[in-house]
Amino acid sequence: MAKDTDTTCGAAMTPIPSAAERAEKLVESRLDEKGNRRSFLKIAGAAVAAAATGCGTGAPTSEEFFRQHYQKLTDEDKKRIFARIEEEVLATKGVRAHVADPPPMDGVQFAYALNLSVCNGSRRCVEACARENNLPDDPEMRYIRVLEMEAGSMDFEEATAYYEHDKVPAHDKFYLPVQCNQCDNPPCTKACPVGATWKEKDGIVVVDYNWCIGCRFCIVACPYYARRFNWSEPEIPPDRINPNMGYLSNRPRHKGVVEKCTFCLHRTRAGRDPACLEACPTGARKFGNLHDPNSEIREIIRSKRVFVLKEDLATLPRFYYFFA
Amino acid sequence: MRSMLRFATATTGAMIKGPRGYYVWLLFLSAWVVLGLMAYLHQLKVGLHATNMIDQVPWGAYIANFTYLVGMAAAAVMLVIPAYVYHDHDLHEVVVLGELLAVAVLTMCLMFVMVDIGRPDRFWHLMPFLGRFNWPISMLAWDVIALNGYLVLNFYITTYLLYTKFCGKQPERKKYVPFVFIAIGWAVSIHTVTAFLYSGMGSRPHWNAAILAPRFLASAFAAGPSLMIVALSIIRDRMKFPVKDAALNRLRQIVAVTMLINLFFFFSEIFTELYTFKHHAASMRYLLFGLKGHNKLVPYIWMAMALDVFAAVVFTTKKLYSNKRILMAACLSAVVGVWVEKGMGLVIPGFVPTPLGEVVDYSPSFTEFCVSAGIWAFGALLYTLLLKAAVPIELGKLRLNPGTPDEAPVEPAHHAAEPQEASR
Repeated sequence: MAKDTDTTCGAAMTPIPSAAERAEKLVESRLDEKGNRRSFLKIAGAAVAAAATGCGTGAPTSEEFFRQHYQKLTDEDKKRIFARIEEEVLATKGVRAHVADPPPMDGVQFAYALNLSVCNGSRRCVEACARENNLPDDPEMRYIRVLEMEAGSMDFEEATAYYEHDKVPAHDKFYLPVQCNQCDNPPCTKACPVGATWKEKDGIVVVDYNWCIGCRFCIVACPYYARRFNWSEPEIPPDRINPNMGYLSNRPRHKGVVEKCTFCLHRTRAGRDPACLEACPTGARKFGNLHDPNSEIREIIRSKRVFVLKEDLATLPRFYYFFA
Repeated sequence: MRSMLRFATATTGAMIKGPRGYYVWLLFLSAWVVLGLMAYLHQLKVGLHATNMIDQVPWGAYIANFTYLVGMAAAAVMLVIPAYVYHDHDLHEVVVLGELLAVAVLTMCLMFVMVDIGRPDRFWHLMPFLGRFNWPISMLAWDVIALNGYLVLNFYITTYLLYTKFCGKQPERKKYVPFVFIAIGWAVSIHTVTAFLYSGMGSRPHWNAAILAPRFLASAFAAGPSLMIVALSIIRDRMKFPVKDAALNRLRQIVAVTMLINLFFFFSEIFTELYTFKHHAASMRYLLFGLKGHNKLVPYIWMAMALDVFAAVVFTTKKLYSNKRILMAACLSAVVGVWVEKGMGLVIPGFVPTPLGEVVDYSPSFTEFCVSAGIWAFGALLYTLLLKAAVPIELGKLRLNPGTPDEAPVEPAHHAAEPQEASR
């Protein structure tokens, strides 16, 4: 639990252990545990089978192959699946992870607001998000895209996400971070042919990584460029793994499926702030429960002149911007 | 039951027997299929990273080919409608060959979808009842029904007609004509639904236009019959199948009209986008002139338009289309022109600029090229094999009881059915 806060601050990095070191560590850790030798052998067997069939990493086990849609899983199924994921993370990365599945809370409707007047384009949120959500660096996957905008223009075509300056903010620019808008009328969930992505009760749009067929129609449908595809097997070095995992958010994904920002639901449903907010050096980011009359988010939406991106598309975003 | 078994063995026998040139052709296609298969295995191993698709351009050559081929499959109705609705006897004689082409092309469509999805092992999630089918809200779910339904319809109709002929009997109209008419509507629907996949995207202004579905149909009905003219000419020369000039000429007349309509639609779209010069036009500018130094599609789209115009001129000018060679060149121009214009020329600009204004270029990777070529070769192989069995049956050379004369057509019943049909 404590680890994610260190990583967001960019703690000193330990060198990545070699494959041999990792394997040794993993065998040790597995054999230390009583009664678990069998499951270790099972994983090893699955790995051999995967190699033999030429499917490489990410080849489905028979359990994965036949696994039902998330919404059809019983508590019993979930327990078994989470244990299995924890085992897999331990076996492949040597990290003791904890997979949870916090449900949406009653009476909670999440929303986000971002003060464009103070955002300075530092992109701390981008990196914090990547560490929190176990996003790969090579090829780089990021949920948040910070656009450097021309002063006096809201035209995305004049913007760039690839700015490099010694110091931000640059003269005559302002910065507009974009991530999943968690729309109330999401075009992405409409597009999905298999119902692998849907809107939860608290407003968060999630993906079942084990149900997605990887057709990418949702990526095509998203007007905010918020969805990402695993073009290859994502590789996260063991020292960069956030062990605090949510089944519908930052647990390990495999190649061939779509993922996206989930407002860090494994944190926010437990009463914490999203990692991007926590990392923001300027306090531009505000998050909270719309149903809570005393929440800051509610006060901002009530008193500031907020707006959403591409309002004309009627996607009804839950991600508000304002200048204050 | 036994005659069905005989039908299966006899047609398979016809498929595997042939002159030396036939084997060379099969071998040539098989080599491409094997190459494509190897490329696909590589892609399975490393993921879609083997393609040049990226998050900004999440669909590429596979879906472009898929989109184009759905049109080719739908274009079979350009033979079916004259044959069944207007009782064009010359086209009626070759209508089965058009329907078989639809079967082969639809198989290619489904293959292009399969190679495009990231998790082909989860294919069963798409099956109604077994998986979780997001119908009716997802257009992709509609497309699954439309394509598979059309494949089943065409497969049934062609198999039924060939099988009854093989048995030396006359086909019973009530056993296939209703399905032919369902298939006509269904053909329009497959391409309409595929167009709706695109035009339903509010996120992509380039596609979000009402003209898209009509344009899809017009271009399909231009490219499809053009390919049929080429295919029928080859079948006539190589397989000694008597295709009448009148049949080819009817197809030529159809393309003359549809190609002009297609060009008109395309022009309307270009005008609307560019004259107002609204934001919408960024994709169109990227396609036609390039944007911010990115101009990979520019030479292709101008070439495609030139090919389309050339085809339209030939198809409408008697002096030109009377020359067999020029006609063939025009047909191939239409096939290639529409392939570029509706394939990559439509799919890629939809993504550029991205919803956040980024301009990127895309061109297929070597893997994508090999996989796509493999699927095209497989389609050609499948159509060759289907023809190899169908043509001798149509010619009366392949029969359950060779030597016994075929059942005479039941003329009065045929005529009695006609007024009914006209009233539909």
